[in-house]
Amino acid sequence: MPSLVDPVANKTDEGNNRTDLKAPEPEHCPGTESEEAGKADACQGCPNQDICASAPKGPDPDLPLIKDRMKGVKHKILVLSGKGGVGKSTFSSLLGWGFASDLDREVGLMDIDICGPSLPKMMGSEGEQIHTSLSGWSPIYVSDNLGMMSVGFMLPNQDDAIIWRGAKKNGLIKQFLKDVDWGNLDYLVVDTPPGTSDEHLSVTQYLKESGVDGAVVITTPQEVALLDVRKELDFCRKSGIKIIGLVENMSGFVCPNCKGESFIFAPTTGGGKALAEEFNIPFLGSVPLDPRIGKSCDHGESFVEEYPDSPATTAILDVIRQIREAVGDPQEDEDDDMDE
Amino acid sequence: MYSTATQSSPSLAGVKNIVLVLSGKGGVGKSSVTTQLALTLAAQGKKVGVLDIDLTGPSIPRFFGMEDKQVYQSSAGWVPVYTDASRNLCLMSLGFLLSSRGDSVVWRGPRKTAMIRQFIRDVVWGELDYLLIDTPPGTSDEHISIAEELRFCDQILGAVIVTTPQGVALADVRKELSFCKKIGFPILGIIENMSGYVCPHCSECQNIFSKGGGENLAKQYECKFLGTVPIDPKFVLMVENAKGGLQEIYGETDMAKIFAGICDKAFSEENEEEAKETAEEEKSRAATNGQ
Ligand SMILES: Nc1ncnc2c1ncn2[C@@H]1O[C@H](COP(=O)(O)OP(=O)(O)OP(=O)(O)O)[C@@H](O)[C@H]1O
Ligand SMILES: Nc1ncnc2c1ncn2[C@@H]1O[C@H](COP(=O)(O)OP(=O)(O)OP(=O)(O)O)[C@@H](O)[C@H]1O
Ligand code: SF4
Ligand code: SF4
Ligand SMILES: [Mg+2]
Ligand SMILES: [Mg+2]
Repeated sequence: MPSLVDPVANKTDEGNNRTDLKAPEPEHCPGTESEEAGKADACQGCPNQDICASAPKGPDPDLPLIKDRMKGVKHKILVLSGKGGVGKSTFSSLLGWGFASDLDREVGLMDIDICGPSLPKMMGSEGEQIHTSLSGWSPIYVSDNLGMMSVGFMLPNQDDAIIWRGAKKNGLIKQFLKDVDWGNLDYLVVDTPPGTSDEHLSVTQYLKESGVDGAVVITTPQEVALLDVRKELDFCRKSGIKIIGLVENMSGFVCPNCKGESFIFAPTTGGGKALAEEFNIPFLGSVPLDPRIGKSCDHGESFVEEYPDSPATTAILDVIRQIREAVGDPQEDEDDDMDE
Repeated sequence: MYSTATQSSPSLAGVKNIVLVLSGKGGVGKSSVTTQLALTLAAQGKKVGVLDIDLTGPSIPRFFGMEDKQVYQSSAGWVPVYTDASRNLCLMSLGFLLSSRGDSVVWRGPRKTAMIRQFIRDVVWGELDYLLIDTPPGTSDEHISIAEELRFCDQILGAVIVTTPQGVALADVRKELSFCKKIGFPILGIIENMSGYVCPHCSECQNIFSKGGGENLAKQYECKFLGTVPIDPKFVLMVENAKGGLQEIYGETDMAKIFAGICDKAFSEENEEEAKETAEEEKSRAATNGQ
């Protein structure tokens, strides 16, 4: 069983992929696994120079292994946002449940938020432990056709902090892609932490050869969030990730008691819709604030199933339908999406 | 090139107290709380600096309505952005150094570490009563780096931890508290943000939005509970529309009263002492337990 016995004990290795480095890479490090490692200008005087110079070079030997694993995965979707707490994990879980409600589809959920994993709780599988077999790490199955992988399943104690630098997180992300026995999947949904850093760079780099269908970008309506989401869109562009669309979450609040509507996060600059227009990307819809979404997440339940009448459910199902269309796997026409 | 701190940075010499605002969870209101603590302390006549070490999603320029301002380089180092002529509140953020607000900062750990080092060593803060540090969520490069940079600082007052009532937030915040214990940061207390909602139409729905959790967490980790802050759409609007001058507008708001109470609790001498002692105990306990 893979377990992170004492993550903190590893703190002193500065979280390198390579555990043999003496010090963190300096600012202009060409990359410890690059051709230039140990020889570039930045390497002069770097305490790692000898180690890097003598390390084996060439293309990452793990990439073909990842490609091999990912062969059986038809659609890979990243859930991204520059901003924290906008609902990336909530949406990843909703996509997981949504795709898996079609019993003919096999779905995987991968949580690469290493320091703040939320999916185990949201999927009601907290406290599970990962097992290994000859074919790799077995995902945790929430239902027959919905498996998941998260660092949350690897902690001896749920409250432990994972104090890891980026490079070390990359190592685990690589293992999630290389060593997990996903089997054949129709969808692999990847939940990410906020920002544009190691996790994002690595997952796109590792999946480059296998091909990612695209990213679903989540925002909330206020400019403080849009500001960060702009940066994420810029990142997607630069790294060549297709954007499936933008979802605006927590748009307005319709009280379940009185149907009165009020704005909690006012869209003073036009919200997600205007941003989607500005970047010329599809706008997948607005999901209103519904406090019951937060409660369903905390209880590990599928909101869509629990509250089929909520206006939020209608919006969520519509987003899922559009995503399936965008990746070329349209839903068969059912008169009522909610009928199982 | 590469060097970790071996002594406290001289650029912090005039800073009396350093406070970190932390949370394991994203979007719980770290930047909002940092902003409001700064405004409240400044209103009390303190000299306050705000350092934003959220490098890939800096929000502080936006929160203060100062997005168009720039940091400039003097012979002594980077001069932070002052919010008004009274010069008792100044800000430093990567946001001020970007040429366009839409630019993404796609940096791996080492670049982030180098930037934070520069923020700690090269900013001309001058005399400050409080330096508040706004952080990104998590326990990774930024957090490890700031802890390393501040290792030899004896001005660290401690950390203010922000959570929201949802279980997913509390779970991540527990990890942040474990981090503080491991690193030996004193914990000044926990704030529960976005706790309950007062609807502008009537007051029927108070119980729809969840409340609670923060206080229990404080008990469990033996630290102070600093108070709850409700969801307030007016606050969002104030930030959205701010074009600077926040110091005057903020004093009139409901939030200002709440944060006055929070500051009294967090920055009382007695609380500061207690937090320090607990952290030292933790530290020595950790040391004697061996690695
Ligand atoms: N439409 C909604 N209505 C009400 N609550 C919501 C809604 N969407 C998300 N939430 C709640 O908001 C909180 C933040 O959501 P979530 O954890 O999914 O965000 P995140 O973007 O993954 O955050 P992080 O940046 O920390 O990973 C959760 O408690 C979630 O239950
Ligand atoms: N008490 C509150 N009432 C209403 N809105 C709030 C409140 N606190 C924060 N917000 C709003 O919630 C959003 C998220 O807050 P903020 O940006 O401060 O979170 P954060 O923890 O700094 O996020 P990140 O993890 O992305 O840095 C902001 O738009 C902010 O204006
Ligand atoms: S020797 Fe060169 S490649 Fe190795 S860590 Fe130092 S700078 Fe990076
Ligand atoms: S949303 Fe407002 S108007 Fe509607 S029941 Fe709740 S408190 Fe009353
Ligand atoms: Mg998340
Ligand atoms: Mg912030």
